[in-house]
Amino acid sequence: MMDQTILETTFQDKIDKDLNIEPKDQMPEKYRIHLIRQISQHAHSEVIGMQPEGNWITRAPSLRAKQILLAKIQDEGGHGLYLYSAAETLGISREELIEQLHSGKAKYSNIFNYPTLNWADIGAVGWLVDGAAIVNQVSLQRTSYGPYARAMVRICKEESFHQRQGYEIMANMMKGTEDQKAMAQDAMNRWWWPSLMMFGPHDSDSPHSGNAFLWKIKRKSNDELRQKFIDKTVQQAEVIGLTIPDPDLKWNEAKQCYDHGKINWEEFTRVINGNGPCNKQRMDHHIKYHEEGAWVREAAAAYQQKINEFNS
Amino acid sequence: MSNDTQLDLWEVFIQNKAGGNHTHAGSVHASDRQMALQNARDIYTRRNEGSSIWVIPSKYVTASNPEDADMLFDPSTDKMYRHPTFYVIPEGAKQI
Amino acid sequence: MTKQEALFRYLLRLGDNALIQSYRLSEWCSRGPILEEDLAMTNISLDYLGRTRALYQYAAIVEGKERTEDDLAYKRPEIQYYNNLITELPIGNFAFTIARQLLISVFEFLHYTQLSQSKDETIAAITAKTLKEIRYHKVHSRDWCYRLGRGTEVSHTKLQQAFDEAWMYTGELFEMCEEDQILMADGVANNLEALLPAWKEEVSRILADSDIKVPNVDYMQTGSRKGIHSENLGHILSEMQYLPRAYPDAIW
Repeated sequence: MMDQTILETTFQDKIDKDLNIEPKDQMPEKYRIHLIRQISQHAHSEVIGMQPEGNWITRAPSLRAKQILLAKIQDEGGHGLYLYSAAETLGISREELIEQLHSGKAKYSNIFNYPTLNWADIGAVGWLVDGAAIVNQVSLQRTSYGPYARAMVRICKEESFHQRQGYEIMANMMKGTEDQKAMAQDAMNRWWWPSLMMFGPHDSDSPHSGNAFLWKIKRKSNDELRQKFIDKTVQQAEVIGLTIPDPDLKWNEAKQCYDHGKINWEEFTRVINGNGPCNKQRMDHHIKYHEEGAWVREAAAAYQQKINEFNS
Repeated sequence: MSNDTQLDLWEVFIQNKAGGNHTHAGSVHASDRQMALQNARDIYTRRNEGSSIWVIPSKYVTASNPEDADMLFDPSTDKMYRHPTFYVIPEGAKQI
Repeated sequence: MTKQEALFRYLLRLGDNALIQSYRLSEWCSRGPILEEDLAMTNISLDYLGRTRALYQYAAIVEGKERTEDDLAYKRPEIQYYNNLITELPIGNFAFTIARQLLISVFEFLHYTQLSQSKDETIAAITAKTLKEIRYHKVHSRDWCYRLGRGTEVSHTKLQQAFDEAWMYTGELFEMCEEDQILMADGVANNLEALLPAWKEEVSRILADSDIKVPNVDYMQTGSRKGIHSENLGHILSEMQYLPRAYPDAIW
């Protein structure tokens, strides 16, 4: 049995050399726990995210839009699956992960506690929410844990059409009737700030990042990523004539980036603690269908036993 | 609730083009072979990747232990004859 | 009716069947019994949607009034929809969805196999392309019939109940009317009634392998060939057609 310090040195050594940590490698318990939490919350987010987007499948206003939206949500479910798989390599079962989601022990991205109120929201979610996720995910492709990094590479490849889908919806509406333009701007007004909050608290308010950086789980800081997102998105909004709902947004010539207004962290905390518009609904929905599906899962397992394919 | 599970974990290997190797794509949950194959197809070949899929329950995969890497994968310098760069080939000889 | 009208109406029937099936399956999104199955069902829904678009696009051309696929989907009222009643029934529980899918997919495979030999090249091309996916849908629902039929007592009961409920809607699949006769004469469409024995044989075999009894019904529901539907279609269309109808000038 190797000495704990020697184990950690070998582990940190690998990290420092930018080598991947794989499932069977020795790793500090804290690293394992941190990853389980982060990967599973990422997975839960993808799955919960199917709800606000799924809300408009039946009402998608054209067959093509319906097709694209369905494909996008399918991708998201698939991403959830890749991530659950990655989490399971760390020695936790999907049953446990789902239980953690239901009990509130594990969280999911706050952004999905907001409702999709008109068709333009589907555009906003694709453009802004997926846009923000992409900024974060591109960075995670170089995360230290192998299965997580590989899942991120796969996800990033698939993500590019998602953002384009959302932006296209917004662009079309901004070229359309007055009603459509009003809907698009309304969606923009409601989704902009929550999208910025997706990157988490300011660096100065993030007490737990130390290990995340040391272990190269996290490669870039919250503010860095948030700034990246703002800078690319403002220009996209301008092109189609949407107004960013931030009167303090201003190009900073010296820093070559946008200065922006204060984020309402009170809202962020309020929503993350359960008082957002859809928290209860999202969780009730997930729990309800999980429970309703139990008999199906049990039937599949029972059938598997009966046919005994592996004679075990 | 003791009979309610998320079924079993299976590993998925996809062959992207005929003649290529099956490479590990990830995992799926399934109860039986047919379900595992269909799930693997639905999840890992959505963009037409793949001409062939292998699935195996994760518990039947035997993995080497990283601590045994030395023993199993010793890049011993005394077996250079296994490497093509070891040999001096006369100039002009083709296809070798 | 003219040959053109017959073809248009026939294509609408095929397209409507695909669209309403797609609609029902899409309702399983985020509601599946396990995440993999959520994806499986939306996958099938997408297959149907692709088929819908191909059929409606051709239908619009045949109609010759410069309508688009979206006009056909979003601007027709219930009485001009010709999907079989079985497609518009609510999704029910997972057993019902599987039972319905099986009954339809066995039929579609037989039907589309014939249509892939249609003298109408476009129909032949569209239907030939879909045979692979229909086979996949059939295998998917067949395998779930085995699992549910032979799994637990609970799943067995639910599956038997599902088939019992759906059975009276199966007769309609094979109904033929004026457009079928006109198109059959030209080798464009096939004889649906002639498919019944093969369909019955295959479904019976699968049910037997699933420990399910073939239901017995006195009367087969009907009406969709004339655009007379169940109350379900009205709700489907209100929801589906909402945006284009609320904003008639908007392009999406």
